[in-house]
Formats: sequence, structure tokens, C-alpha cells
Amino acid sequence: MSILIDKNTKVICQGFTGSQGTFHSEQAIEYGTKMVGGVTPGKGGQEHLGLPVFNTVAEAVEATGAEASVIYVPAPFCKDSILEAANAGIKLIVCITEGIPTLDMLDAKVKCDELGVRLIGPNCPGVITPGECKIGIMPGHIHLPGKVGIVSRSGTLTYEAVKQTTDAGFGQSTCVGIGGDPIPGSSFIDILEMFEKDPATEAIVMIGEIGGTAEEEAAAYIKANVTKPVVSYIAGVTAPKGKRMGHAGAIISGGKGTADEKFAALEDAGVKTVRSLAEIGSGLAEVTGWK
Amino acid sequence: MNLHEYQGKQLFAEYGLPVSKGHAVDTPEAAVKAAEEIGGDMWVVKAQVHAGGRGKAGGVKLVKTTEEIREFASHWLGKNLVTYQTDENGQPVSKILVETCTDIADELYLGAVIDRGTRRIVFMASTEGGVEIEKVAEETPEKILRATIDPLVGAQPYQGRELAFKLGLKGDQIKQFVKIFLGLAQMFKEKDLDLIEINPLVITDKGDLHCLDAKLSVDSNAMYRQKELAAMRDASQEDAREAHAAEWELNYVALDGSIGCMVNGAGLAMGTMDIVALHGGFPANFLDVGGGATKERVSEAFKIILSDDNVKAVLINIFGGIVRCDLIAEGVIGAVQEIGVEVPVVVRLEGNNAELGQKVLADSGLNIIAATSLTDAAQQAVKAAGGAA
Repeated sequence: MSILIDKNTKVICQGFTGSQGTFHSEQAIEYGTKMVGGVTPGKGGQEHLGLPVFNTVAEAVEATGAEASVIYVPAPFCKDSILEAANAGIKLIVCITEGIPTLDMLDAKVKCDELGVRLIGPNCPGVITPGECKIGIMPGHIHLPGKVGIVSRSGTLTYEAVKQTTDAGFGQSTCVGIGGDPIPGSSFIDILEMFEKDPATEAIVMIGEIGGTAEEEAAAYIKANVTKPVVSYIAGVTAPKGKRMGHAGAIISGGKGTADEKFAALEDAGVKTVRSLAEIGSGLAEVTGWK
Repeated sequence: MNLHEYQGKQLFAEYGLPVSKGHAVDTPEAAVKAAEEIGGDMWVVKAQVHAGGRGKAGGVKLVKTTEEIREFASHWLGKNLVTYQTDENGQPVSKILVETCTDIADELYLGAVIDRGTRRIVFMASTEGGVEIEKVAEETPEKILRATIDPLVGAQPYQGRELAFKLGLKGDQIKQFVKIFLGLAQMFKEKDLDLIEINPLVITDKGDLHCLDAKLSVDSNAMYRQKELAAMRDASQEDAREAHAAEWELNYVALDGSIGCMVNGAGLAMGTMDIVALHGGFPANFLDVGGGATKERVSEAFKIILSDDNVKAVLINIFGGIVRCDLIAEGVIGAVQEIGVEVPVVVRLEGNNAELGQKVLADSGLNIIAATSLTDAAQQAVKAAGGAA
């Protein structure tokens, strides 16, 4: 078991024939992801990487039965691509692209909610169920099938957590990058809820960062609903106020959204917090008793 | 991206909102001329910088003669204004806004932001105008009124009326407020803003609503479709090194420590600063070289980091996901040789071909310390920069 995706998930790629779409689709196919085709308007009927290319997502869904789509199109076109996928019956949309205007995301998110579509990202590495299905730009080889669910706002910090849980032999059930934007398609709470229900996930790693109050809301949710052990790290203790730290959503504004507030809320919820990102693996061993 | 007050007021005027008649000028002569053209016998002169707290810092003045205007403009143009919101150097003043004077009976607050919790544009209004809204929110949260905008149907007049009545407005003021509210909501969407603040929104002695200040910020991700606003960018208000880094698609934020950091990924870059601090060191900067850490970008990143004289050591922390660490190692060596880096450089490589990368560094014969782990890297960097505090 896992969450969101497994070896049977049929995946298409929007922006399939572009350089990003091509490179990462190749990697996904090599990893064993069940890629069934791609969409590039105007290139329908062609073949790319041995898979059919369609003009529209609706055609792709009809021909292949695709359930998930990964989006690599440039930021100005992402809102359109998300809405196209959502309206074509895709149930899981993973948007990797960085730099989407915030107001575009407000609209896209409302429509996805209305249609019951799960949106992951944007500005994220994607989702992987190790050994089964990889949707996104994360390096497959650092993962190990296992029992830790990882959810994070940052790509490279996810990789650190993956590496530590792989080195310790714990492995991962599913890893979800929810992205570094102020308006993510899915929140920590959405993913925590799935990990709590997933029998394959025995412990959870949650990696947050400064900006907004998503971690505080997640802490309240964990306190009330999550029975599995949770280890958490928050990046940005040393970040100055009022400065955007790379990610569009990583900014302490009006004195709110500091790492210290988030650590405090998580500790209050019974979460094991680590102040050094090098201690995620050892923190897990401590709360679970795993060796 | 922030706009100046005078630019915000130009937009307000385009949307039919009540603003003072004024001109933004860049010489004392033009300031005097602007006042003469506006007419009257009293004016307000305001230094234009991207920071609040200008009044208390002497950057806003009520003047009664053109001589005073000349004096104010001569004093401020070309100087830096230091307010409680700027750093100790302040922000350069290159324009002065000369406006008609407004007689104030009362001061309100009206603002709009994108609320991350509800994922909606939210308007905030308060009878407590003219003071810091963060302070009002903290001390008397019940004095902040809110209206949430539905993304699909947009702002509705009834929402404006609700706010207006709760603010205690009367008669014509209700209509005026609704017009301002709807105008701002339309502007927020059409111009891809992420913040509007009118503080204060005043009631004049004649009982009319009037936008006395304008603080606007535009979503940087939307600049490609906001050409008119992109042209309003004032680079002099930004940190020169940050702006230079942005040209190379490097995310850089200057801090005041001694350990320069070069990292791939924004989250890991913050995490690296934190681990340096955890081991007693002080990070000199945040720097995300992004996914494609090529030799050219590594070189440029080195140049930016080393342009800070406080840097005593550099810590490079790369998690090679797709990119190969041996290629990054070669990039680092090339950059160190090319620009003659004299401070110690600690490198931690992890991920794809990490061992080969470490070997390439060790064989280079340069002053590069290859760290064996993240913790080791932080400790080595702190030691190289002169030890823990």
C-alpha cells in the first residue's frame, strides 16, 4: 500500500515533448512508472518515447484511461493546463512548474476542489511511491520501498530526509512534495490524513519552512487526529523577517510565520522535532524504537 | 515587487479612486514648479522610498512656501531616508511627491492581501487608521473587519456596504466606500497585486473619503503579463547584490555573518544556514544556485558571496539529484581557480556520483575541504571561519 499512486497508476504528461517533459518522462519510464502517453497541442498522432501524443487531455484520457497527469508546461500556461486536466477527468494532477502567478492558483484550486481533483504542487518535486511509481523530478535511486511517509514544502530537503531514511534501512511508503508556493494545491493536512489511513505508513516525516501558518494548522490536526509517530523539521530559524527566501511562500511577514512558532506548535502537538536537518533519521529511530 | 506611493496613486487615479492632485519630481526646481502648477497655499511633500514610517523620519512635511519646498527637495533628493522599516543605511530618495494638502477629520485603514489560510483575497478595514495595522491586529483584533472575495464571482457591492456600515460611515460616504472597495478589488485582480494598503484612508473635513497613502505590491511571478508595472520597477530600492544575483537566476539574500553559503534548493539553503548557526557559526547569506549548478553559475555565485568582506569561509552544500556531483566538483574547482578564492572552501556533496565528486576535489590540490557529512560540513565551516561564537 501507499498513498496517491502505486504501480497501477496510469500517468500522462502535459508538456510531454518539451525538454523538461521529455527528460523526466524518460526517467519515470525507466523507474517503472506506468506512463501511458502525453499531451502537446498540435502534435497529436505522433509518437514520443514510444508513447502516443495527444492534442488534448480529454483525448488522452479517453484513449488510455489515464488517472494522473504531471505538468511541465511553462508557468504562464499552467492554470490552463490544470483546468484542462481537471475537466477531462484526471483525478490526480502533479504540477512541477515554478513561478505560477498566485491569482492563477486561487482560480485553479477552487475548480479542482469543486471537481474533486487532487492537485499536488505547484513548485514541487512531485510524488513517488518507491519501487512502484515516480511522478516528478526527484532522483529515483535514493529511495527505498519502506514504511516512512514523507511530506515536505521543499524539494532538496525531501531528498535529505529520503536519504537518511534509506541509509537507516527504514525506507519510504510514499514521498509527497507539496511545494514552496503560498497557495499549494494540497496542504500538509491533506497528506497527513492519507498517511494516517495508509497501513504501509508506520511513521511520518513532515518538513516545513518559514512563512504562512500551514505547519501550525498541521500541528493542531496531528494533535487531534494522528496516532502514528511524527518527526518534523522546520527550515529557516536564521531567516530574517520580511525577506523572501527563494520560495515564493517562504517569507516571515508582519512577524508571523517564524520557525520558532512552528516548532513550538508542533512540540505542543506531541511531534518529535529536530533542530538539525541531519537528525531526521535519528529522530525517527528515537520515536519508533527502530534500529 | 513594491511600488512607490506616487505610482500606486497613478493606478488609483486610473481606477477612479479619490487621490490628491500631485506630481512626482526629481529636482528642487521641478518641485517648486509642481507646487505652482497644483496651486493653493499649502502642500505636502513626501520622499518616495519603499518603506513605511516616513513621517516620523522626517520624510513627509507640510509646507506653506515654495522656498520650503525647495529646501525639502534639496535636502532629501540624493540622500538616504532611514526609517524603522529600513536597515541602518536607509533607502535612497530619488523622487519627491508634491501634493495638495488635505484637511483630515478622521483616519481609517483599508487593505487587501492574499490570505494563505483561506486561499482568497481578503479585504481588511479598520477605524484605527494611521497606525501600524500589525499592532492593531495584535492588540485589538476585534477592530479589524474582514471581507473575503470569492475568486469565481469577485467582490460584490454588499460586501463593501457591510464594511462601510460597520466602520460607522454615513450618507454619501457609503457609496464612496463601496466605489473604492470595488475599484481596489478590480485592480487587485487585473494588476496581479499581492498587497494593497491605504493607511490612512481619510475622511476629509468636508466628509468625503480620500486615499491619502498608497502601498502596493505586485506578484513577481506575474511580471511577464504586467509590462506597465514592470516598467515601474525602481532598482535603486533593492539590494544591489540581490538584484545582480537575480540576473543570474540565483536567489541571494545578504545576512551579517561570516560563513558564505552556496546550496542547491531554497529549503536546503535555509536548512544549511540553520545548521551552521546550530554549530555556533553565523551564515553570511542565503544562496540558492538552483537545479542546474553549472560552472558559470557557481563562479558567479562565488563572486557574489565573496563581494561581502565579512566572509571568512565558504560552505558549499549540494544534493545532486539529477545533476552529477563530479560535474559540480569540476565546476567548483574551475571557479576557485578562475577567480582565485582565498578563503577556505568546505564542500559537501551528496547524491548522484558523490564519491567521485569528493575524489575530484581531493585530487585538485586546492584549498578545498571535502566534508564527509552535513554535520561535518557545518563544523568544518565554523572552524574554518575562526571557530564557534
